[in-house]
Amino acid sequence: MEATTYNYKVVRQFAIMTVVWGIVGMLVGVILAALLIWPELTYGIEWLSYGRLRPLHTNAVIFAFGGSGLFAVSYYIVQRTCQVRLWAEGLAAFTFWGWMAVIVLAAVTLPMGFTSSKEYAELEWPIDILITLVWVAYALVFFGTIAKRKTKHIYVSNWFFGAYILTIAILHIVNNMEIPIAFFGGSMLKSYSAYAGVQDAMVQWWYGHNAVGFFLTTAFLGMMYYFIPKQAGRPIYSYRLSVVHFWSLNFIYMWAGPHHLQYTALPDWAQSLGMVFSLMLLAPSWGGMMNGIMTLSGAWHKLRTDPILKFLVTALSFYGMSTFEGPMMAIKTVNALSHYTEWTVGHVHSGALGWVAMITIGSMYYLIPRLFGRESMFSTKLIEWHFWLSTIGVVLYIASMWIAGVAQGLMWRASNADGTLTYSFAQVLNTMYPFYGIRLLGGTLFLSGMLMMAYNVWRTVRIGRVVNDAAIPQAVHA
Amino acid sequence: MDSGTLSGIATVVCLATFIGIVWWAYSKDNRQRFEEDGKLPFADDDVPAK
Repeated sequence: MEATTYNYKVVRQFAIMTVVWGIVGMLVGVILAALLIWPELTYGIEWLSYGRLRPLHTNAVIFAFGGSGLFAVSYYIVQRTCQVRLWAEGLAAFTFWGWMAVIVLAAVTLPMGFTSSKEYAELEWPIDILITLVWVAYALVFFGTIAKRKTKHIYVSNWFFGAYILTIAILHIVNNMEIPIAFFGGSMLKSYSAYAGVQDAMVQWWYGHNAVGFFLTTAFLGMMYYFIPKQAGRPIYSYRLSVVHFWSLNFIYMWAGPHHLQYTALPDWAQSLGMVFSLMLLAPSWGGMMNGIMTLSGAWHKLRTDPILKFLVTALSFYGMSTFEGPMMAIKTVNALSHYTEWTVGHVHSGALGWVAMITIGSMYYLIPRLFGRESMFSTKLIEWHFWLSTIGVVLYIASMWIAGVAQGLMWRASNADGTLTYSFAQVLNTMYPFYGIRLLGGTLFLSGMLMMAYNVWRTVRIGRVVNDAAIPQAVHA
Repeated sequence: MDSGTLSGIATVVCLATFIGIVWWAYSKDNRQRFEEDGKLPFADDDVPAK
């Protein structure tokens, strides 16, 4: 018998966990920011040391918070725009419990010091295998649902999600080719990369940059292409531009990775290639941003009263800013100043907090009431507060890191007439303190906004009802 | 064939494919079609039933 309702259960589970993991991941971030000012804050306990907590923070915000958000919206959007119930719901339930298991395992093994030492791919090989299984199940559910769709066209959001699922599978498998030392009688939880030297570095940053490109950009653009039109109440400004946006982004992103390795042992031509492709990325990035923002033309007044729309549009503005900043930082001469400084940290958070987190938060405020049988969240006023706390928080964060980063870069490169360095490392570090303080304040503001969101969600869930009967429209127009 | 020739061919093929996509997206014949496709999120009402 054909299903008459959508599967909201798995969407609801992932949506709630998005808020939970958001708070956990950002809390760890705030602790890290404080540790940089007061290194003795965690009393020297090794599990809570900076080096152990840092990968926990990045994995939690990217894969637990961002990942849960993406599972939730992709399952929701693919059902609603294909007008069918999810395919293989048992597998969909497995993706939820499997992904949660991965997160819990990460939260246990990373503080214990088990790491493959690859940035954003620190998890050791048994967890990598579990991730692969969950991801294959995800791909089956997603593409299976698309295959049985009742609509003729596949909506652009689903194209973005499809590219993300496919690419992340390839990236994860290739970068995590590793040899467990258990084969040689060693620990069960240690492995070494199958690649060596500069090849290993290139594979890692091909992975690292495309994790940014396809996890943190492409997938969240899929979110943008659905929730901005829905919240603004009008179709995307140019659907044709969205088609070109999709393909140009996919053609270019794959090659930008070498910009993480400027002035290293990587061959010079590869460094230049990475720089050129990074510069080219500006075109599709801004095309997509304009497409989203122009969707509001004729509905600008809604921005004044609708905090959800504020979240979504501000996210796009930060997307535009960081996709301008990124190509600029990939230019070799700029990179010579910016690399290894706080500027990079500022850039990442302009993207991660400004773009990824804000587009996710806005989308969740749209989605969560609908999953609990309500038209809106418990309190719109709290959303407004959340919006301003987040915006001020991000601005404080990135502005302080810009200043800190440029100062750091300039001080590191300053030299005396006889060729010796003008400043010692400790002197440069000392200059950083006020900016670390402002960063801590910005991060704390952002986190307190998330706590407000948690309260708002909790109240919404309490007065709502669990929706398991959202009807699939029966009369389908081609 | 050396790798330089191969990457040259690959670049040309990719560029031609991309120009083809742009041409396809912006051709007059497809204008109506894409305008309709863009309305897909509005094909169903997602406000929960009371």
